[in-house]
Amino acid sequence: MIAFNLLVAICLAYVVFLFGVAFLAERRAARGQGGWLRSSAVYTLSLSVYCTAWTFYGAVGYAARSGLEFVTIYLGPTLVLIGWWWTLRKLVRIGKTQRITSVADLISSRYGKSNTLGVIVTLIAVVGTTPYIALQLQSVTLSFAVFAPESATRWGAGDLNATALTVAAGLAVFTVLFGTRNLDANERHHGVVTAIAVEAVVKLVALMAVGVFVVWGLAGGVGAMLERIEASPLAGMPVVPGRWMGLTFLSAAAILTLPRMFQVLVVENEDERHLATAAWAFPAYLFLMSLFVVPIAVMGLSEMAPGSNPDLFVLSLPLAHGRDGLATLAFLGGFSSATSMVIVAAIALSTMVSNHIVMPLFLNWTRAGATMSGDVRTLVLRARRVSIGAVLFLGYLYYRLTGGSEALAAIGLISFAGVAQVLPALLGGILWRGATRTGAIAGLAAGFSVWAYTLFLPSVGEGAVMGARLLAEGPWGIGWLRPQALFGLEGLDPLVHAVVFSMAANVAAFVSVSLAGFPSPMERLQGAQFVNVFDHSTAGQGWSQGRAEAEDLLLMTQRILGPVEAQGLFQRAAAGQGKQGYLPDITPEFLQRLERQLAGSVGAATAHAMVGQIVGRSSVSVEDLMRVADETAQMMEYSSQLEAKSEELARTARQLREANEKLTGLSVQKDAFLSQISHELRTPMTSIRAFSEILMDGDRLDPAELGKYSRIIHEESLRLTRLLDDLLDLSVLENGQVTLHAQPVNLHDLLDRALAATGSPVGGGGLHLRRDPGAERVVLVTDGDRLSQVFINLIANAQKYCDAAVPELTIRVRAAHGAVAVDFIDNGSGIPAQSQAIIFEKFSRLSDPRSAGGAGLGLAICREIMVRLGGSISYLPGQGGAAFRVSLPLRRAEAA
Amino acid sequence: MARAPLFLARQGYRRRRLADMARLMPVLGLALFLVPLLDANGGFGAGMLIYLFTVWFGLIAGTAVLARRLCVAAQQQDAETATTGAGAGNGAGADPEGRR
Amino acid sequence: MGKHVLLIEDEPNIIEAIRFLLSRDGWQVDTHSDGTTALEKVMEKRPDIVILDVMLPGRSGFDILRDIRADADLAALPVLMLTAKGQVKDRELAERLGASRFMAKPFSNTEVLETVRALAGG
Repeated sequence: MIAFNLLVAICLAYVVFLFGVAFLAERRAARGQGGWLRSSAVYTLSLSVYCTAWTFYGAVGYAARSGLEFVTIYLGPTLVLIGWWWTLRKLVRIGKTQRITSVADLISSRYGKSNTLGVIVTLIAVVGTTPYIALQLQSVTLSFAVFAPESATRWGAGDLNATALTVAAGLAVFTVLFGTRNLDANERHHGVVTAIAVEAVVKLVALMAVGVFVVWGLAGGVGAMLERIEASPLAGMPVVPGRWMGLTFLSAAAILTLPRMFQVLVVENEDERHLATAAWAFPAYLFLMSLFVVPIAVMGLSEMAPGSNPDLFVLSLPLAHGRDGLATLAFLGGFSSATSMVIVAAIALSTMVSNHIVMPLFLNWTRAGATMSGDVRTLVLRARRVSIGAVLFLGYLYYRLTGGSEALAAIGLISFAGVAQVLPALLGGILWRGATRTGAIAGLAAGFSVWAYTLFLPSVGEGAVMGARLLAEGPWGIGWLRPQALFGLEGLDPLVHAVVFSMAANVAAFVSVSLAGFPSPMERLQGAQFVNVFDHSTAGQGWSQGRAEAEDLLLMTQRILGPVEAQGLFQRAAAGQGKQGYLPDITPEFLQRLERQLAGSVGAATAHAMVGQIVGRSSVSVEDLMRVADETAQMMEYSSQLEAKSEELARTARQLREANEKLTGLSVQKDAFLSQISHELRTPMTSIRAFSEILMDGDRLDPAELGKYSRIIHEESLRLTRLLDDLLDLSVLENGQVTLHAQPVNLHDLLDRALAATGSPVGGGGLHLRRDPGAERVVLVTDGDRLSQVFINLIANAQKYCDAAVPELTIRVRAAHGAVAVDFIDNGSGIPAQSQAIIFEKFSRLSDPRSAGGAGLGLAICREIMVRLGGSISYLPGQGGAAFRVSLPLRRAEAA
Repeated sequence: MARAPLFLARQGYRRRRLADMARLMPVLGLALFLVPLLDANGGFGAGMLIYLFTVWFGLIAGTAVLARRLCVAAQQQDAETATTGAGAGNGAGADPEGRR
Repeated sequence: MGKHVLLIEDEPNIIEAIRFLLSRDGWQVDTHSDGTTALEKVMEKRPDIVILDVMLPGRSGFDILRDIRADADLAALPVLMLTAKGQVKDRELAERLGASRFMAKPFSNTEVLETVRALAGG
């Protein structure tokens, strides 16, 4: 038996060796050396984090308990990997183009950068992974315990716990050191990956060595081994179809959804071509890992004492045969399996926790946002480190709470089933554009709840969360809600039962809510980017590096900056690097400078996207597009502002021109008006002045002349007064300052009044009147004084201008069509057609020698009055003489 | 030059059929892995064990051959687009399909 | 020179006033009120002086003045323009068209007399 202290020493030496490997790899990667670090072999080996201590030790135990079923845990991943062309290729491409950092990030990004989804997936991942970490701690402590049988008294529970704590702390230190050294934008960890690849080799070699020892050393060759298998109790164990299919499905889902698998498969992927290798090489690894499981189990069962833990046959078989070296190797294999899983899981979880929970909370809390970008890096790193510590502490806590009692495999499968709830949202997200955020949330919530209810909570330990009665009779005695027999479906294996119901609930909720809902624009864009990733992106790593890129960049830059400036820029950059010609090395500094140059022409976001398209090999992300759109929108807004401004200027100019024309017109009108006023005022003034001067030196005037001239002065004064009155009246009417006193008036009375005022009472005066008193009995509600003013004007016009031998005025009243019309028709020669249009204008007095005394404002005033009264006045042609019609709406009259 | 397009088309056709085969692999694998269920109740013998591992190995080998040939085909296609597309200056991102 | 004035004016009261003034001063005053026939009247009466209003029915005084100046026989005929508008541009127009004198209404009687005498004497 190997000395326990020696084992501890070997273990420590191995750990130091791993630190060294990680450190060297990290340094070589930083120097840009070490192509082998990026080889497909390292990638394939790193995938072996799938094979945890559960696989290493537990598979044998599983086989010893359940026969062939253990192999399904490897068949699922094998199917997924040989089907790489379907999903993995797409996942890896999406991961690269969208710079995905975790499975939570993938789901969150796909569904419109929804942080809610990020939090949900993170929580599922933590809940699903913590038991698994506990499992690893347990396997390490148990394997330590195997080496200390003779001092069993010393190795009590306390020692086991101390070991677990030490291992957890050591792993935390390693993970913090190599998992959070820097913040690589791509979240790649060369040191960790390399160390894991080394561990992958160790565990494969160890298990194969034990297998070879068992088959050829103990059984005596392949043939003998096969005979022993036929004879063993394993051969009699039936294959349960439900479990077989369920477990194959679960393990297939696990390889896609387990945070650590996503980390090594997608995030740490350097080159898409590595996937093509891993597609067959990783199944081959699994093939080899499982090749000797059954032989070891069979030999363990037949050789070891009944009751010994089959989970530890890998260790105990060599030990029992005194093969200390082999046992130590096996121990290191198991140790490697446990540590690699814990490290990668902790990195993956800490990324998720810090990105989706800690940082949003912190940024929300400080409200500082992106302004403190300088501090964010250290903040993120600190958040990661704390998260790693927390994840490992959680694992330790879980181990302490449940420690040692359960069979290893059970916890692993429960974990798988929990994390598999992410599968519908993930596959739906990359294959189906119709998948929506709300659908994903609904599916995850439904699936996770059913999983917790049917599998996780019952497993925590009978009576811990769910009582035995609840399990047996259902909540509140509702039988069909029994956690392990939903809808009365009894007889199913609890795991299969839980998987079937949780996945059914998950998919149903996901699909139905997605179909019913409507995605946001961001979701639709992201959906298109993810589902059609091969249409938008270029192959992961180009075949042609260096020169071709520089040439592409030059071509693009020439298009934007013009050939002379672009070539100058490239030549200077090349010269700065000590190179001839136009093609410098594509260094980050050069790219930065180029981007800045281009940004001056096309905007920063566009420049970044264009350069990224060529160099980054990543497609343009939605955020990039949005930024480009923002820039374009800003430019468009700017130019449309300019356009609007020039339009406004043109409009203003047009308005000014119009105003000017109007003013000019007004000025002309005003001139004409003033000229008219002047004329109308000066004419009577002339007579008044002339005759008053005659009268002043009028000693030679006879009395007749005296009287005549005085009368002329009097008449002209009256004419002036009338003119001024008319002008004031018109001004008041035109300015709308007139107040109307509407009251009921009888049209007949009004006409009588007007005729009396003009000195033409009924039947008297020089004018012969023709009226129809019956028709005139109409009651109007209007300003009677104003209306009669109009009538007076019209009658006076007839008196003045009717040139018939026997002047006649016909006044006709007619109420029809909701209006009353009063026509004034004389029997004179009327108004010539060409003048009819202007008679209502101011000073439009027609040339007529007998018109002395009229200022030409009468009809203009009449028109203004009628407009104020809501009616109209117009000339009626073809009535045999001058004919005017005054119309008033009757409606107003009736309304009164 | 008349034969060149024919050659290219044949290459593309072969490549697409290779991709089809790659897609078929998991389906084939699933079918073969479900065979043990046909004889489930009687437990399993060494024969079943040998069958499983043989099928498994076959799938791995088949995938390896396919992956290798797909990579070569992609490489050829990439080389072709690189020679035909370099002069066009598709660098401005206007034609990301060009490299697919 | 004789003392014959032709007054072309349409306001009856102004005609009356000017006729009275000039008759008293010993002038023979003929009057005419229509713009359209004014030129014929001038040719027919052959007055020594024409007093011409601007605002006339049918034809503007300016047009009549232009015709008078265009006629070779009448080109030298003294013409006194009377206007009730009295704006600067009217005065300018009258001068440009060759009016001998220009007076704005209302005028002073003595001014009219003196002007007519001056025109006849000149």
